Amino acid sequence: MTTRSLPIIESTSAPTQAAKLVDDFTPGLINQGAHHLCPGCGEPIAMRLIMEAVEELELAQKTIAIFGIGCYTAYSNNLDVEVLQALHGRAPSLATGVKRSLPDSLVLTVQGDGDMVNEGLQEVLHTMARGESVTCFLLNNGVFGETGGHMTAATVLGQRTKNSLEGRTAQEHGYPIVISDLIARLDGAAYVARGAVNTHTNVARTKKMVKEALAVQTAGLGGSFVEILTMCPTGWFVDTLDAPDYLNDNIEPIHRFGVVLDRSDDSRHHGAGR
Amino acid sequence: MSVAQVASSGSSASESAAEPEFLEGSEAIARAMISAGCRFFAGYPMTPFTEVLEAMAKHLPAQGGSCVNAESELEAVGMAWGAAATGTPAATGSTGQGLSLMQESLAEITYARLPLVVLNMARAQGDYFQATRGGGHGDYRHIVLAPKDVTEAVYLVQEAFHLAAIWRNPVLVMGDYYIAHTWQSVSTARIDFGPEPDRSWALDGATGGTGKAKLISPIADTKRGDDVGYDLAEFYGRRGAELDVMGREVQPRAETGFLEGADLVVVAYGTVAQYVREAVANLRADGAKVGYIRPITLYPFPTEVLRNAASSAKAFAVYENNRGQMIEDVMLSVMERADVRFIGGLSVDSSGFGIAPDLDVTSVRARIQTTLEEIS
Repeated sequence: MTTRSLPIIESTSAPTQAAKLVDDFTPGLINQGAHHLCPGCGEPIAMRLIMEAVEELELAQKTIAIFGIGCYTAYSNNLDVEVLQALHGRAPSLATGVKRSLPDSLVLTVQGDGDMVNEGLQEVLHTMARGESVTCFLLNNGVFGETGGHMTAATVLGQRTKNSLEGRTAQEHGYPIVISDLIARLDGAAYVARGAVNTHTNVARTKKMVKEALAVQTAGLGGSFVEILTMCPTGWFVDTLDAPDYLNDNIEPIHRFGVVLDRSDDSRHHGAGR
Repeated sequence: MSVAQVASSGSSASESAAEPEFLEGSEAIARAMISAGCRFFAGYPMTPFTEVLEAMAKHLPAQGGSCVNAESELEAVGMAWGAAATGTPAATGSTGQGLSLMQESLAEITYARLPLVVLNMARAQGDYFQATRGGGHGDYRHIVLAPKDVTEAVYLVQEAFHLAAIWRNPVLVMGDYYIAHTWQSVSTARIDFGPEPDRSWALDGATGGTGKAKLISPIADTKRGDDVGYDLAEFYGRRGAELDVMGREVQPRAETGFLEGADLVVVAYGTVAQYVREAVANLRADGAKVGYIRPITLYPFPTEVLRNAASSAKAFAVYENNRGQMIEDVMLSVMERADVRFIGGLSVDSSGFGIAPDLDVTSVRARIQTTLEEIS
């Protein structure tokens, strides 16, 4: 795989000149780099770094990716790994069935926060609690993006959405679920981390987390989980350029960056199944 | 102690020989599934399905398979979906209530063209509509097989795996409390239904990075590799046409008796039909012109058999342990060539498990006799 260095733009200051194409590199496992998601969306970056990690670990021909339903589902069409499309919320159960049937495969799921934390919370909790040797990825943007920006169980207090127009309040809407911290309490989980794609530094850190999670799976140590905070300027009612900072200022104080649980050096910990 | 150790300490399904053994229906069905090649099972306890799950948990690990005690029926069907996508012969099941929870996935699994065997160890016969119309969304059909006893269940469960593989479609087997819990001497040895179709469509990861990575999805079967996405109209049209072919080509099946010169034909399925058949046989012995049809495939429904009977019979009487569901398929088959009456009714004991006090040959015979008098 070839890598080329790209100029790094400081994301906290507005560009002084119009954008121009300097490179059109597309990772090997993505057939078509162009997408129809909104400008400023963080999900294509998250998908890209997951696919780069799979490719760099030379796991492409063992990978079965199971997709939930959200904006990111569009990528099921143009990833060059095998894809199994699940229903909303159900990807971790499908992953369990795949992994139990093909113990040597690399099984990963991709879900959004509406898919995972609302519709399918029970699925991801039990899958991680059992310690299935699968890797679950959460693309958390704090809204149901595909329906147009509605409140999820991960939406932080104060956040405006189309069905919490004055901002989420604990009195009216209840508190958000901080999912990575919840999963890290489960004995079956072996690796839990939360990253983000709002700055180049965070992208690089998150890619390391993704690789670590996949390595935990191939070592059969138990469930691995990476939450990736992604920007949704459309659903957040903010300008595209403001979205990376909005994530830092509003979402990260609740859903904190970092490795939450790491049992990768505990060889006695092992996953469920064969 | 692991599940595998438990299994190895008792008799295991691998010992299923041609010699009949005295087994409870649930145990026999589990062994038959394993003989048919089932290597993945997931379920959630619910009477009268529970003992099938127990038997699969006991026997499947020793055969190199996996049985997952799922956190709910929603996850059980999801796990079976994942296993089926790898080409592993897979099954799940429950009773009607649990199957209600599974319907969304069962619809999507059908669009995704995956073979799966689903058991409904039903309470009474209230799930006929759920089974034959499908409780899920959209245009889809499942093949539905309805055994009358343990021996037939053992056969049809094995055939269900074959039909599921041939048609790449879920096949539902309708059991009940009686079939689950009746002890019977039965062989659970593998039955050969002919060559298995290839499973080259199944996922194993190997096509990753080749530019032609596989896709299994309820809305498409090939990646376009573009930024436009799938054409759902094209896919649903094509999938619907495949389902039409399945509905035409799967041979409908029915057991018939005493149809020669019958003025009245009584129609019933499953365990209930055994009581009806006995009542009809008794009436025939007494000279009554009454016949009997038992649909074995509930979908495709044996329409031809009923239509042919309608050319000579004056009336049809439908006996079901529910408020009247299969009667709609009987009416659609007879198409007003003869009178169609309902003589069944929901009959359960206080447990609701479908142990029916009305399932009594004398009682069934009396209802048929009344109908005979009404039409004469």
